[in-house]
Amino acid sequence: MEKTWNNKAWFLVLPVLVLVAFSAVIPLMTVVNYSVQDTFGNNVFFWAGTEWFEELLSSSRFWEAMVRNLIFSFIILAIEVPLGIFIALNMPKKGWGVPVCLVLMALPLLIPWNVVGTIWQVFGRNDIGLLGYYVNALGIDYNYVQDSFDAWVTVIIMDVWHWTSLVVLLCYAGLVSIPDAFYQAAKIDGASRWAVFRYIQLPKMNRVLLIAVLLRFMDSFMIYTEPFVVTGGGPGNSTTFLSIDLVKTALGQFDLGPAAAMSLVYFLIVLLLSWVFYTVMTNYDAER
Amino acid sequence: MARIDVNHIRHSYLPNPRTDADFALKEVHHIFEDGGAYALLGPSGCGKTSLLNIISGLLHPSHGRLLFDGKDVTNLSTQERNIAQVFQFPVIYDTMTVYDNLAFPLRNRGVPEADVDRKVRETLEMIDLASWAKKKARGLTADQKQKISLGRGLVRSDVNAILFDEPLTVIDPHMKWVLRSQLKQLHRRFGYTMVYVTHDQTEALTFADQVVVMYDGGIVQIGTPAELFERPRHTFVGYFIGSPGMNVMPVAIEGKTAMLGAQRIELPGAPKAASGAIELGIRPEYVRLGRDGMAVQVSKIEDLGRHKVVRAKLEGRDIAAVIGEDETVPADPRVRFDPAGINIYADSWRVEMGA
Repeated sequence: MEKTWNNKAWFLVLPVLVLVAFSAVIPLMTVVNYSVQDTFGNNVFFWAGTEWFEELLSSSRFWEAMVRNLIFSFIILAIEVPLGIFIALNMPKKGWGVPVCLVLMALPLLIPWNVVGTIWQVFGRNDIGLLGYYVNALGIDYNYVQDSFDAWVTVIIMDVWHWTSLVVLLCYAGLVSIPDAFYQAAKIDGASRWAVFRYIQLPKMNRVLLIAVLLRFMDSFMIYTEPFVVTGGGPGNSTTFLSIDLVKTALGQFDLGPAAAMSLVYFLIVLLLSWVFYTVMTNYDAER
Repeated sequence: MARIDVNHIRHSYLPNPRTDADFALKEVHHIFEDGGAYALLGPSGCGKTSLLNIISGLLHPSHGRLLFDGKDVTNLSTQERNIAQVFQFPVIYDTMTVYDNLAFPLRNRGVPEADVDRKVRETLEMIDLASWAKKKARGLTADQKQKISLGRGLVRSDVNAILFDEPLTVIDPHMKWVLRSQLKQLHRRFGYTMVYVTHDQTEALTFADQVVVMYDGGIVQIGTPAELFERPRHTFVGYFIGSPGMNVMPVAIEGKTAMLGAQRIELPGAPKAASGAIELGIRPEYVRLGRDGMAVQVSKIEDLGRHKVVRAKLEGRDIAAVIGEDETVPADPRVRFDPAGINIYADSWRVEMGA
């Protein structure tokens, strides 16, 4: 068959290119532009070179926020992934329970970030909050406004509450795609419950788990709204994650140059870590 | 190996079955002899897979009992019944090596590792995958995967029976042949009790000593391939087995003569006490096409290479005849029925003919 060459086809791609340019490329370039200049307002800019980057990388404030953020991501992954798998394994595979469970699972995902924050902000208050009041009534000293440990616990529980569903839904999708014959064969081979999980269910969930870990890592590494609404980054700086720090720099102090430099470094870190995750997990997958 | 006694088993997927139509499996009562090779043959939805799953314990029958060597196993789990089953689509544990796949059922049963190794190596030889032992199972072709599924059954030498649920569906035609003859060999060498579900008559007839033909939830005939061909007990068996299927035409009976419209057909004997709707069945292989007999109008000749199938009209009804590759259809074609191939059916069930 003869191939038809027609360069007019490029026009069909044009809308996407324009869209991506305006939504991603141009904003990113303005950030690059800010990151190498200094301004005192009135649209007067001075060339600053790599000054802001050097300042950022030597600032303890940035590294502390980064470590906090990595610890946070690690903790929520360590909770949400096993918990998500566990819930998905125990969800019904057929019958009326399926839609009920799916809707219940999807609910937290449908709530806007700042509403989630507000819910937990009120829920955890020890004067009027249902959780805070009763935890204190039980004799446990809990106050997320003053105690940084309590603030961390609150933020982590909130994230687990909000996002475990995503892991559950992805794992569930992986699980229901396993044909019955696999379970029947496992029964005939005398496989234990653990062996069924290890050799049938886990390998089949492999791919979706990869996506779940990537999504959850990226999201948690960029988390802003919920902790901002609940703790505002406090007490002190104890829950100030990278994005909260970034917003404080950019909008609070209006330091556009440093903030732009920070955005870029931040962006590169997310990109790098996601790439590392992806490569490690897909390589592992290929080796087996 | 065991003798499997299917004792008045009925099964319905509905919670409260009332009429016969609610049952996927209507009263199956049969004994699978120890060491026999059986095929369950029938169209989709006839209940053959249900019967197989009841034997393996994946399904609990609504009524009836199942006995292995006289011991009631109806309420035992699949593990306790010690059955091997090969499914339609190859089931392999694709994160494991070929070796570990075969070792899996043994390790699950706590067999000492030395015995596992010996059994697995033997089985790898049997299924011809010895050189693949260290490979990951996921990279194999469909027929190799299916061999592994089979191997996981063979590796347990003490299984009561090996059940096959249309195991060659996803295999290439050429490999089907090879695998089937390997199965046949294994059966001869080791004398496993094998039950093989299929809707492919060639598969059933070449694999089994005894073919169990199922139709609409029940067994219609059990017999050797020759019996199914020569003396189908039910018109369904006549249609289903053979290509093209048996010619079946309504007739009236008068002593040793069948009346088909204006034609009179001599029978080998007088049918005994035939009442209800009477039909005459004759396989195309027994329809002789020539210059004498009943006049037919030929509508089509299909040349299949080995032989020709002649499609014609006899008394306004479709009839098929098989003629040799070198034979030709005469200008004024007529057919005779070879009395050896004539069967008489009353309400679809075969009636015996007296002398």
